[in-house]
Amino acid sequence: MAQIILDTLIGHFKSGEIIDTGSQHGNEWARVRRDAWLAVATFLRDDPATAMNMMSDLTAVDRFGHEPRFDVVMHLYSIDKKHRVRLYGGVPEEDPTIESVVSLWPAVNWFEREAFDLYGVRFKGHPDLRRILMYPEFVGHPLRKDYPKEKRQPLIRRQMGKAD
Amino acid sequence: MDQSIAPTSRRVVLGVSEPTDDALDAPDLPTEPMPLNMGPSHPAMHGTVRMVLDVEGEKITSADVQIGYLHRCFEKESESATWTQVFPYTDRLNYVSPMLNNVGYAIAVEKLLGIDKQIPERAQFIRVLVGEMSRVTDHLTCLGAGAMELGAFTVFLYMLKAREWFYELLEEVSGARLTHSYMRIGGVCDDLTEDFVPRLTDILKRTRVVLEDVSKLLDRNRIFRDRMDGIAIITREDAIAWGLTGPVGRSAGLAYDVRKDHPYLVYDRFDFDVPIGSVGDNFDRYACRVEEIKQSMRILEQAMEQLPGGPVVVKDPRITLPPKSETYNSIEAMIAHFKIIMDGIHVPPGEIYSFTEGGNGELGFYLVSDGTGRPWKCRVRPPCLPAVQIMMKLLPGLFLADVVPTFGMMNMIGGECDR
Repeated sequence: MAQIILDTLIGHFKSGEIIDTGSQHGNEWARVRRDAWLAVATFLRDDPATAMNMMSDLTAVDRFGHEPRFDVVMHLYSIDKKHRVRLYGGVPEEDPTIESVVSLWPAVNWFEREAFDLYGVRFKGHPDLRRILMYPEFVGHPLRKDYPKEKRQPLIRRQMGKAD
Repeated sequence: MDQSIAPTSRRVVLGVSEPTDDALDAPDLPTEPMPLNMGPSHPAMHGTVRMVLDVEGEKITSADVQIGYLHRCFEKESESATWTQVFPYTDRLNYVSPMLNNVGYAIAVEKLLGIDKQIPERAQFIRVLVGEMSRVTDHLTCLGAGAMELGAFTVFLYMLKAREWFYELLEEVSGARLTHSYMRIGGVCDDLTEDFVPRLTDILKRTRVVLEDVSKLLDRNRIFRDRMDGIAIITREDAIAWGLTGPVGRSAGLAYDVRKDHPYLVYDRFDFDVPIGSVGDNFDRYACRVEEIKQSMRILEQAMEQLPGGPVVVKDPRITLPPKSETYNSIEAMIAHFKIIMDGIHVPPGEIYSFTEGGNGELGFYLVSDGTGRPWKCRVRPPCLPAVQIMMKLLPGLFLADVVPTFGMMNMIGGECDR
C-alpha cells in the first residue's frame, strides 16, 4: 500500500541513511540513521512520489535494555496520496539529541516539546524547547522506564508549619 | 479646584495645549503592553488551559498557550495495566465522546492481535452506533458551550437537553453516562438493550427539532455572526502544515475524514456526507459541526436499519472471558478467566499506529507490545493538540473578546490534549 514510499527512499538514499525498512500489520516503516533525520524528512515532504505533507505524530519509545536506548518515532501522512509511513530514529542515552523537523512542519513543535519533556530527547534547532506537560521545576523525565513512580517530586506539597 | 494646578497638570497628562472638552476623551493617552493571564481556571476556558497574553489595550500582541494542567499520566499508567485495564483510561481521554476513544483503542489492539477481520458483524455495527452517538454528544457540548460563552444561554440549555437524551440511552447500554468502558478487545462488553432502536429513533426525531430551534436562534443572529464571521481564519495550507484534522481541519477546506478515506468497521456501508468549509473562520467551524451532527444522525438511522443479529464478541478463549455460566461451573473456564484477568491478553510483539475519526479529528493510537499482557507503550495522538497549538499563531492580532469564540470552536478537551 505504501511500499512506494519505502522503494523511493531506498532508491534515493544510497549511503546507508536508511538502515532498515519493513511492513507490519499494514504499517510501513523505515529506520533512519540519526544524522540523516532532517534530510530524509525533507525528501519525503518534497518528493512528488511521496508528498508527505502532514505530520501525524512524533513521539519517542524507551527501548530499555536495547541500544540505542530511545527511538524517536514519527508518523507522516500524505493528504493527496493517502499513504503513511513511520520513521524510526535511534537516539543513544549518552547523547539524546536529534535534529528538529519544525522547519518542515510547524505542527511538530509541541510534539517535540512533549518528547523532550517526557523522555529527555533534545531536538537541535527547536525554537522553544521547554517542558509542556510537566511544570517547569519538575525533575527527571517521567516516561523513561527507570523513572521512580513512587518517589515524591519537589514542589508538590505545601510546606507544613509555614504560614500561608 | 486650585486653578494654578489643574490646567498645567492636565496639559502634561493629555498632551494638548489647552484643556478642551474633547481632551476629556484622552485621545493621546499612552498605552503600554500588559501581560494578561487567562486561566488555568477560567470560566470561558474549556478544560484547564492557561494563556499568557500580551495585550495592548484590547489587541493581543502575543499569546503563549500553556497546557498540561490536566495531565494524568495516561501513558505511564497504561504501561502498568493490562490491555483490557486500559479501557477506563481511554474513557477519560476525550471525556465527551468516550465511546470513540474506546473504539479507537480496541481496533488498535485487535490489529496487533491480528483478529481485526474476525470481529462479529453485530459488534461492529454496535461500535458504529455508540460511536456516532458519542460524536453527536461531543459536537452538542462544543456548540452549546461555545454559544453560551457568547451569551446565548438558551442555546446551551437546548443542546444540553438533547445531549442528555443520548447520555441516558448510553447509560442504559453501558452503565455509565460518560465513563462507559463499553468496548472489549474482540467486541463489545454486552449487547444493546432491547428497546434501543425505538428509543434512539425517538431521540433522533427530537434532536432534529432541537437543531432546528438552535438554527433559528443563531444562524442569522447579528450578534452571533458578528462575533464569529471572519475571526481566526485558517487556510487549507495552514491546516495541513499544522496537522489539523477533524471539524477544525475540514472547515478550513481540508477534505480529510478517516471514515471516508480509510474506512474502518462498517462505515463503507453507509451513505453520508462530510461537510467541508470554505472560509475557515469560527463560523465555518460552527457550521461544520452542526452539519456533522446531522450526518451522524443519518449514519445512526442506516446502522439501526442494517443492524444484524449474532454474537457481540469474538469467540477466542485467549482473548474473551468465558461466559459466567461456564466460569462458575467448570474449572477450565475459571482458570481461563483467571489467566486472562491476571496476566492480561498476550498480544504478540509488534507495533502499530491505528487511527480512527475521533470527535476532534484523527485519533491515533500508537501501541508497542513486547509480548506480555501489558503494553510497553500506549500512546494517544490527540487530535485537539494541533488545534490548541495553532492558537498561538491565530491569537496575535485578535481582540481579547475574540479569544472566547475562537477557543470555543477549537473544542479543546483537556483530557485529550493533556492525557
